[in-house]
Amino acid sequence: MPATKLSKVAQDQASRVFDLDVSSLRELNQALHNLTPGSNETAWEVLHPKGSHSVAVGVDQPVTIDVRGSVGYYCAGMNDGATITVHGSAGPGVGENMMSGSIVIKGDASQYAGATGRGGLLVIEGNASSRCGISMKGIDIVVHGNIGHMSAFMAQSGNLVVLGDAGDALGDSIYEARLFVRGKVESLGADCIAKEMRAEHIDLLQGLLDRAGVTGVKPSEFKRYGSARTLYNFNIDNADAY
Amino acid sequence: MTYKNPPTTPRKSATFDDYTLSEIRRAAATGIYDIRGAGAKRKLPHFDDLLFLGASISRYPLEGYRERCDTSVVLGSRHAKKPIELKIPITIAGMSFGSLSGPAKEALGRGASLSGTSTTTGDGGMTEEERGHSKTLVYQYLPSRYGMNPRDLRRADAIEVVVGQGAKPGGGGMLLGQKISDRVAEMRTLPKGIDQRSASRHPDWTGPDDLEIKILELREITDWEKPIYVKVGGARPYYDTALAVKAGADVVVVDGMQGGTAATQEVFIENVGQPTLACIRPAVQALQDLGMHRKVQLIVSGGIRNGADVAKALALGVDAVSIGTAALVALGDNDPRWEAEYNALGTTAGAYDDWHEGRDPAGITTQDPELMKRVDPIAAGRRLANYLKVMTLEAQTIARACGKNSLHNLEPEDLVALTIEAAAMAGVPLAGTNWIPGKNGF
Repeated sequence: MPATKLSKVAQDQASRVFDLDVSSLRELNQALHNLTPGSNETAWEVLHPKGSHSVAVGVDQPVTIDVRGSVGYYCAGMNDGATITVHGSAGPGVGENMMSGSIVIKGDASQYAGATGRGGLLVIEGNASSRCGISMKGIDIVVHGNIGHMSAFMAQSGNLVVLGDAGDALGDSIYEARLFVRGKVESLGADCIAKEMRAEHIDLLQGLLDRAGVTGVKPSEFKRYGSARTLYNFNIDNADAY
Repeated sequence: MTYKNPPTTPRKSATFDDYTLSEIRRAAATGIYDIRGAGAKRKLPHFDDLLFLGASISRYPLEGYRERCDTSVVLGSRHAKKPIELKIPITIAGMSFGSLSGPAKEALGRGASLSGTSTTTGDGGMTEEERGHSKTLVYQYLPSRYGMNPRDLRRADAIEVVVGQGAKPGGGGMLLGQKISDRVAEMRTLPKGIDQRSASRHPDWTGPDDLEIKILELREITDWEKPIYVKVGGARPYYDTALAVKAGADVVVVDGMQGGTAATQEVFIENVGQPTLACIRPAVQALQDLGMHRKVQLIVSGGIRNGADVAKALALGVDAVSIGTAALVALGDNDPRWEAEYNALGTTAGAYDDWHEGRDPAGITTQDPELMKRVDPIAAGRRLANYLKVMTLEAQTIARACGKNSLHNLEPEDLVALTIEAAAMAGVPLAGTNWIPGKNGF
């Protein structure tokens, strides 16, 4: 990393601690993108995010990043391999299109958490707002609290685990994603139905809870939801469902 | 000899014409709306309704074949560290792998690269065929996010955030199951053989303020290197252009209703959106009002067919045009050599638009391994390059005749309109008058 491009604080702290009161978002993301597979700068800390958008986006190395405070839109967007923890709440689109790695939000998450995610694990220790897991394509999402309406809309694949309640129209137009909800579901969206929890789903769910560090909760307390697959091929007699 | 009353000639209704009657019968029999590919087929005010004035006593022409007429264009100079430099102001529009066969995508890349211009991915992700054969590749960022990943984002030369397209402003897509091969299914993370719905809205932003933040994210992920385009369907070109500029776009792409689609309802294609000609001046006006004309580049698409169309679009203030349907025709789409097979599908060469069904005799809009063998990517790429060359030469011919040493020096004052409608839309005088409808209180 060319040191001349960095502010004084960043240089002093060997680019492991980034204070966004002093350094710019651009400097932070550029420094993270400059990491190479052999880098020994594996632990990063971001101070004073103060709701900044696009914090730690596009990281593609297996580093850990602790963000001390709340972030704005698209934090950890397109994460590919990093372990990112937000010690605060996250704005819309946290972890959107994640490829791999993990993201933990200690507080709440706004709309579209984990949208279109393809892999990795997103854990929200508080609540998530509407459209959590929208269009998810392989990501695993575990929400300790509740999720808002239209969550898992057009969800293609992956797993969404909710320890609390789900809002209206859960899993509308869902494809092959699996939804596990422990609490109440306000209503199911088009083509989403309750499904039997078989042994393989108990195992899968236990694994997800373990990975998310959830203890004291049993898979048997959850209900499973998924696609009825009636909208997979267009049929005019289903037009009312759209 | 008995007098026989003269019969009246059977008269068909202009309102209930043959096509309309056939569509009512088809709907009644099947219970489903007609889905097809391509853009609006109805007659619309278009570039044919404009004429160049050429040189005269007050304007002298440049010598054809001797005096230079520049055709190059730079796209993305507003914010991107690495703007795109194209040799010609004609780009290849976004068309998905899935909708098009692999060899067709490769041919588009080859033809565009030979011509020094760009090609564009589509609603299905980036394939090795097109990345490998496209010197300059624009990567579309679509509501479905099929195939979206940061690696491809970084190996793209520009990013196009697609808000809408001219054939269906406000509409999503549907790729029917027969085109969902194993490879298409894998790229889209969906089961093989199902009808794939593409969302009409982006999953993680709505509105211009969110778009600005989304563009910031894409710039941060790609270290501010790539030009970011925003593509809109021809709905509200003035406000959409202004809002795209406000959101931080480097390039605005406006696609009129003649712009093609892989598959949408016929009723949508023919009844929603505005003609390309009607979109250009409002979009240019928005850029001029913001002081951003030529700083944020404007690309217009939808029904561009020849060098005259290119020259007319540029004269109205556009920086580049984009072609889709015409490029497919250059590759071999709707070629009469397959007439017997078109007939077997109940259509004829030139009218074939069931691109979504995957049975294209020309091997272009299909995933059938046998049919797609009919596209030789090298030969088809060469044809596309030839066609682009002809369009460029035609546009230069017109520009020189108007005394311009660059295509981008063409101006509205070089044009007149043949119809009142075209004069009003293009903001140029009706031929033989100094009347521009809507200007100066008239």
